[in-house]
Amino acid sequence: MEQLVHNFFNFEILSQAWPLLLAGFWMTVKLTLVVVPLGLAGGLVVALASTSRRRLVRWLVVIYVDFFRAFPPLVLLMFIAFGLPFLGFDPGAFIAVALSFLLNTSSYYGEIFRAGIESITRGQHEAARSTGLSVPQTMVYVVLPQAVKNVVPDLVSNTLEVIKLTSLASVVALPELLYAARQAQSLTYNATPIIAAGIIYLVCLWPLVRLLSRFEHRQIALH
Amino acid sequence: MSGDRPILEVRGLHKSFGHLEVLKGIDLAVRKGELVFVIGPSGSGKSTLLRCCNRLEEPSSGSILVEGVDVMAPGTNINAVRRRIGMVFQSFNLYPHLDALGNVSLALRKVVGQSRAEAELAGQAALERVGLAEKANSFPNELSGGQQQRVAIARALALQPAILLFDEPTSALDPELVGSVLAVMRELRESGMTMVVVSHEMRFARSAADRVIFMDHGLIVEQGTPEKLFNAPDHQRIKDFIASIEH
Repeated sequence: MEQLVHNFFNFEILSQAWPLLLAGFWMTVKLTLVVVPLGLAGGLVVALASTSRRRLVRWLVVIYVDFFRAFPPLVLLMFIAFGLPFLGFDPGAFIAVALSFLLNTSSYYGEIFRAGIESITRGQHEAARSTGLSVPQTMVYVVLPQAVKNVVPDLVSNTLEVIKLTSLASVVALPELLYAARQAQSLTYNATPIIAAGIIYLVCLWPLVRLLSRFEHRQIALH
Repeated sequence: MSGDRPILEVRGLHKSFGHLEVLKGIDLAVRKGELVFVIGPSGSGKSTLLRCCNRLEEPSSGSILVEGVDVMAPGTNINAVRRRIGMVFQSFNLYPHLDALGNVSLALRKVVGQSRAEAELAGQAALERVGLAEKANSFPNELSGGQQQRVAIARALALQPAILLFDEPTSALDPELVGSVLAVMRELRESGMTMVVVSHEMRFARSAADRVIFMDHGLIVEQGTPEKLFNAPDHQRIKDFIASIEH
């Protein structure tokens, strides 16, 4: 027991590692604030493109979504960070992470938005069009507000996954929370920083998880 | 506006869905202030005819003129024409995320370009006309079916259309709620609104319609005054149809 406390819950180590962890935490926050809005925006574009009347556009969307959902995000990130420089474009670690997350998460968010859009009945489109609203106006004022509301739980759930996935940035040496924790671990020969990082994730994500289960209960109550 | 020109003119309208020809050449003119009732068995093409008039369905051939404007012409701005053709649906199709006033004023703001204040004033007036002024801030799921349909009528009315199309407006309603919707329609007729109504409300047709059209298999079989069509139609199938509805 003493060994466990010494190696995993060591306050002395924690106080040494704290500045590193804090810097890592802020990097994770920064990544989240860039990656989630980018993914949401990209996903919305993907979903809108999938409603296009042009078959070619719809096909391209299917290929895009299928590819980036099946392709491992880790490999994607490594290719962008380490492969693109050979083509004369070195994005740097942060941009590489943002770009690979945009490609990966926009396909997931896109599928969620698409499901939301498809949940809106034809009657809603027709009612809006019959009053003279254009196709884009119908989308913006009638369909999307309802569609997004219908998929909020899925959006929150996916966002949780995305935030946890930001730890992938460690493979391109971007000092986010988990990278900082591992660094602190190797400097102190002690696992406490890793546990601390885990607890930080837990404390930050738990409210989202709570929110999600409240949505889910409400949906069950509505059905 | 030229005095005698019909508000709605349909000429040689054909509509096919794949191999199925739903409309096989419809000619119809609706004069200003007229209430035209369209009846007929299901699958006869009544709803498709209405939905072609504002191009919710794309006609296969023929022409449709609303206030003299060719709805099908390539240069026609269909969204501008649709402001002049109100439509009321069987399933109401209110926007569930907006309250009654939001439903009624959305197109005023986004299509007509009114400010929020102007649109809400006009929207409130439209709600008043259907007897629901006090429900302005209720959401569709807080309203009865009859009230929802009246809000839907107000939504169409708010744009001050030249003609209103009703696609089975009372078919989704519980019987005790039908009367309130028909009362609004009767009031509109008295105020001179031009209307085309697809419906099975035969008693209403008898008392309110100027003209009744019987459709079957994509064609107008017979048309005339309600007295003529209901009491002494030329075609036996109309008698059979009316007998089957009124039982």
